[in-house]
Amino acid sequence: MVAWRSAALAAALAGVLIAPANAGTLRWAPQRDIVSMDPYSFGDTFTLSVLNHVYEGLVRYDDKLQIEPALAESWEVINPTTWRFHLRKGVKYHDGADFTADDVLASLKRVSDPTSPLRGNVPSYVSSSKVDDYTVDIIVTENYPLLLNDLTNIHIFDQGWLVANKAEAPTDVAKGVEGYATSHANGTGPFKFISRKPDAETVFEVNPNWWDTRKHNVDRIVMTPITSAATRVAALISGEIDFTNQAPLQDIPRLEASSDLKVLSNSELRTIFFVMNQTPKAFESDVTDKNPLQDIKVRQALYHAIDADAIQKVVMAGLSRTTGSLVSPAIPGYVPELDKRLSYDPELAKKLLAEAGYPDGFSFSFLCRNTEFVNEEQICQAVSAMWARIGLRPNLNLGPTTIQDAKFDAGQFDVGTLGWANEPMIDSYSILVQVVHSKTGNAGVFNWGGWKDAEIDALIDKAGATVDRDERLAMQAKALLRANELSMFIPVHQQPMAWATGANIESVLQLSDNKPRHWLTRMAE
Amino acid sequence: MLLLIIKRMANAIFVILAVSLLAFTIFKFLGDPVQLMLNPQATQQERDLLTERLGLNDPVPVQFAKFVFNAARGEFGMSYRNQMPVMEVIAERFPATFELVLVSSIMALVIGLPLGVFAAIRGGTVMARVFHLISMIGVSVPAFVIGIMLILVFSIELKWLPAFGRGKVVDLGFWTTGFLTPSGRAALVMPSISLALFQISFIMRLVTAEMLEVLRTDFIRFAKARGLKARAIYFRHGLRNCMMPVVTMTGMLIGDLIAFTLVTEIVFQWPGMGFLFVQSVQYVDIPVMAAYLMIVCCIFITINLIVDLIYVVVDPRVDQLVRGGGNGH
Repeated sequence: MVAWRSAALAAALAGVLIAPANAGTLRWAPQRDIVSMDPYSFGDTFTLSVLNHVYEGLVRYDDKLQIEPALAESWEVINPTTWRFHLRKGVKYHDGADFTADDVLASLKRVSDPTSPLRGNVPSYVSSSKVDDYTVDIIVTENYPLLLNDLTNIHIFDQGWLVANKAEAPTDVAKGVEGYATSHANGTGPFKFISRKPDAETVFEVNPNWWDTRKHNVDRIVMTPITSAATRVAALISGEIDFTNQAPLQDIPRLEASSDLKVLSNSELRTIFFVMNQTPKAFESDVTDKNPLQDIKVRQALYHAIDADAIQKVVMAGLSRTTGSLVSPAIPGYVPELDKRLSYDPELAKKLLAEAGYPDGFSFSFLCRNTEFVNEEQICQAVSAMWARIGLRPNLNLGPTTIQDAKFDAGQFDVGTLGWANEPMIDSYSILVQVVHSKTGNAGVFNWGGWKDAEIDALIDKAGATVDRDERLAMQAKALLRANELSMFIPVHQQPMAWATGANIESVLQLSDNKPRHWLTRMAE
Repeated sequence: MLLLIIKRMANAIFVILAVSLLAFTIFKFLGDPVQLMLNPQATQQERDLLTERLGLNDPVPVQFAKFVFNAARGEFGMSYRNQMPVMEVIAERFPATFELVLVSSIMALVIGLPLGVFAAIRGGTVMARVFHLISMIGVSVPAFVIGIMLILVFSIELKWLPAFGRGKVVDLGFWTTGFLTPSGRAALVMPSISLALFQISFIMRLVTAEMLEVLRTDFIRFAKARGLKARAIYFRHGLRNCMMPVVTMTGMLIGDLIAFTLVTEIVFQWPGMGFLFVQSVQYVDIPVMAAYLMIVCCIFITINLIVDLIYVVVDPRVDQLVRGGGNGH
């Protein structure tokens, strides 16, 4: 009776409820919501990519992930510490204010504040000064090569707006400093911010006065996050949404079978690899007096035991890109030689283990997350079985990211997974300085294995102070090749990304950085 | 009755303190929020600085003492994830959860009670058996399965009802409601059914069992002998006498619903408190989790108090018991 009654109610209202999309309205369902409207509040790549529709940086990536002018028209390096930027004239903020040098200064001041969570995105920034209304000098540490990469993610606020709303300082959860910019926005970008209900709905509308040529025909974006994969797929099939940038891999065949829907899948920038702890004694093993993983033969045995093609076909539904490189081909610093994997050869692996003095294998802890990377849990289970086949005894330890990462940080593991996308920098310097470089000074935050190789450190340090791009990238490639030689890590693959679009969408641009750019999206007329 | 209230309030404070201490001990095992708050590019120094500033290096007892001290002044701090005051974040979600729970509870009572009575009176009939079977399914199939099945049928196949969200809501300033718009009401249908099905089944089974018990007693037989109408016998005499356990359970169920709508809220992307809590756990948003647990604890206490008061109305003997003026019970 209940079901019948509600069905009748539903039928009566049916026409109103699932209304067809208005022309020009893009209904977008990501897997999770952005955290804030404030681009300087939380170091989250997805949030920044959404806010990029409203705010812009001085420079941006083009459709080949090359840096191109945005709010700055041109720039030059005046001396090893000074960059001069010539700003675009005639750009207006959504509230009508003009874009000038003062806006750049106020934004840089806000993002580089000691309490700013995005301080790390401009590591080399020292100060900035105004030359005239449309020229700004930015002072950085000597010979820093990656300022432009960093600036792609520094969205420029309007100074007058910040002052009027007392938002010149970043929000600070530690001190309870709330920010006007958390729930309001005023940028120069292709879309204006209209309204927001966290975890429910965020609405953007086209900015008719955008300085750039309008290539899209989207009038309105309604972003409604849907966390549950099954519901997201249902909403797409029933036509309630037009686009998702997270189509669940297991549902791709189902989505492709539907005539209205299109799936765009590719491998993204993020490379998944295994980290091996290098402490003098193993963390949790039946070898108690030393650490087998310090022996290169053991590390190579672990590598040879992995059937990467099986992982690609079975676990990743054929969508990942099997790799021997720590960085994806789209990342500057990649060279094809990097991509050679050690062969899948369990017999050789057993032989190497025996040579290293472990003919019967050994046990070790294997730390993985179950929520972070695509199918990470399944990857770890598969690899555990592969290692067991050569006589090793991995103890798989699965858990949520926040818990497992704390263990990684404290060195409480023998082998574990890590994924690195080189975001937001999009340059192999990112993984080199954060993951491969030894833990010295500010470097090596994610060097969980505790690697320390003088040659690699020297190469990275030198690259970090080399302005010439080719010279710098050659050094970075050399450092990556040396990491492969030492089998410091075991690369697995570049993980897949999958987007799906409904009948209303003609085309969306998908780049390997996995960021939707709806200012290039075409909807069916 | 006043005495009852005062006694309960005193208990409540201890319960709340115990719950929050327990919660704080658990947070210790949730991991590190700083990892998520900063970009992968942030240096160790920046990480350490933020950890220090958030007070995460303090020993747990110190963190707990700070929390209780601030909470006593109504200060719950800022959400790490939303960068907004915690109370604002929770207040924003409360209406969504409340409306969902309200509709589900009404459904549970309006449908569960009559069906329970029916099943008890017409024990052997086919209809009663069908209801019995449905209630078995309702009790044993988890809410998320029902939710996904409803989506499959009513969203994907029939395209009648929206698969997610609250529809259009009307903002009344202090409250957002989905009751006033067609899309808001439509959005309520599937989540509340999937949430209520268990409650309907549960209440129906409970009422049936209690009714069968009561109908066997002497006073029902005497009532029949007096020639009272069947309706009066079943509803005024029978049902009223089996209301005590029903009221208790309904109270508990409403508390459960408010606290644990999370599964339904995740399936239907319902922007309520359960959804907020799950997100907060994933982001180790300690201030929100702490405040949420305190609030849910208060809700439970309040509901239990209301249940106690309803007892007094339904069964005056309870009041006497509390006053200690027993008749030798």
